[in-house]
Amino acid sequence: MKSRPITRRSFLKGMGAATVAATLPMSLVEVAFADSSENFTFAYISDSHIQHIKGSKFVRNWDRGLIRSVAETNMLRPKPDFVVFGGDLAQLGTKPELDHGAEMLSKLNYKYYCVMGEHDYYLDLGEYWSTLFGPHYYSWDHKGVHFIILNSILTHDHWTYDRWPTAKQRMNEMAGLDNPNGSPFMVGAKQRQWLKKDLAKIEKETPVVVFSHSPIQKIYKGWNFWTDDAEEVQALLRPFDAVTVVYGHVHQIQYNQIGNISFNAVMATAWPWPYPQSYSQAATYLPKLTVPMNRADPFFERDATGWQFMDIKTGRVDLNYNLYSNANRTVAYNPKTGRPEDVSYQSPDKRISPQTHY
Amino acid sequence: MSKSLKCLIITLVSVMISAGVAFADEFTQKDVDHWQKEYMSVVEKGRSLWGSPELGTNGVACGQCHPNAANTHPETYPKFQKQLGGVIPLRQMINWCLLNPLEGQPLELDDPRMVAMEAYIMYERRGTPLAPGQH
Repeated sequence: MKSRPITRRSFLKGMGAATVAATLPMSLVEVAFADSSENFTFAYISDSHIQHIKGSKFVRNWDRGLIRSVAETNMLRPKPDFVVFGGDLAQLGTKPELDHGAEMLSKLNYKYYCVMGEHDYYLDLGEYWSTLFGPHYYSWDHKGVHFIILNSILTHDHWTYDRWPTAKQRMNEMAGLDNPNGSPFMVGAKQRQWLKKDLAKIEKETPVVVFSHSPIQKIYKGWNFWTDDAEEVQALLRPFDAVTVVYGHVHQIQYNQIGNISFNAVMATAWPWPYPQSYSQAATYLPKLTVPMNRADPFFERDATGWQFMDIKTGRVDLNYNLYSNANRTVAYNPKTGRPEDVSYQSPDKRISPQTHY
Repeated sequence: MSKSLKCLIITLVSVMISAGVAFADEFTQKDVDHWQKEYMSVVEKGRSLWGSPELGTNGVACGQCHPNAANTHPETYPKFQKQLGGVIPLRQMINWCLLNPLEGQPLELDDPRMVAMEAYIMYERRGTPLAPGQH
């Protein structure tokens, strides 16, 4: 490990040994202000893909990822103000999966907010999920920051309502990441209208943080690392001084800057995904800014999975990735360059061999 | 050479020519199309196995972690697999995945399902230069 994220230890009061701290995979987000007393943190857990086998049996591997991230989030000191779960709690959107996942999330000692993922949605269009976690999109204000949750995994009505003979088949078709029968994600006109209205009452100097499941930018359409109406949503966010979009779905470290908008992806607790450039048959657009995470070692079950805590400083989000069986990473907004950067590996001469993906 | 043997040879040669029996180095576009179709049917079978839980016991499929068979690097095998401490073929890694994430049983190395999965992995990686041994 080349350098340790400076904030990590202070968040792990009582953990004592550095060896224990080194095993913690988290991404914590800190939102920072000019007056540092206004800074606060929240934690982010995402993409647990709880998968039902039958009866009371679930895939052990994915269960362990969520159980571990919840337990470790509960150990954070200072305590995060809240936790966000970034979507894909379930694998096939069933009641047993959502119930089992909700039971694990209920162990969190903090208030938490949930984002809708496609694996939660396409069986019953989010109906049962809503009885557990509430509305699909909404906003709130916290310590001077305007937070927004979007449901970005909607798609064309004809695909959702007319194409499939059963709800179960619709879910299965969307669940295959590389399935050519899938359909591109979108926020949709109705929600964009709501967003426009919601933002109309917000001062342009107010930091805005958006949580979505899919990236509100276009990276690779074949795996839905993509939101079809990303530009329209970005246009609504453009008038604000400082905007951050945090997204799940991609199961890997990604970050980017488009105009005033910083983008940060979070890890999955279940399994990592290849970077799109590893698929040699298609053109992809991974942001040049992104220093990839290390290639996963499958022999370490939790390698390349994890969770994160975030600091909000100066209205920008700094993201601390806690990666199991691997060196932790911190991606922080650099006010000098005006973009998020990895604090250890950003410079090309600082990169290490495992970060080469092919 | 006896007259009857000469006669037999002449007969055989003329039969081979008139029957159009293939010479070793001759084939037609029709043959190529047929072979390609056979090959693609095995690739398709591999694609289907890749997205199916049938090779494991816990519902997990290969494609969950490896969409489009990405991050399997078939062009690098056989190679030194650091976790196994030796030079192994791709098929041994496929079996490792069947045993561990899928909680299933390994396949015989010449099992038609193994051949199908390998065909699919290689097809998704077509055009990539060979890089045996690369980590």
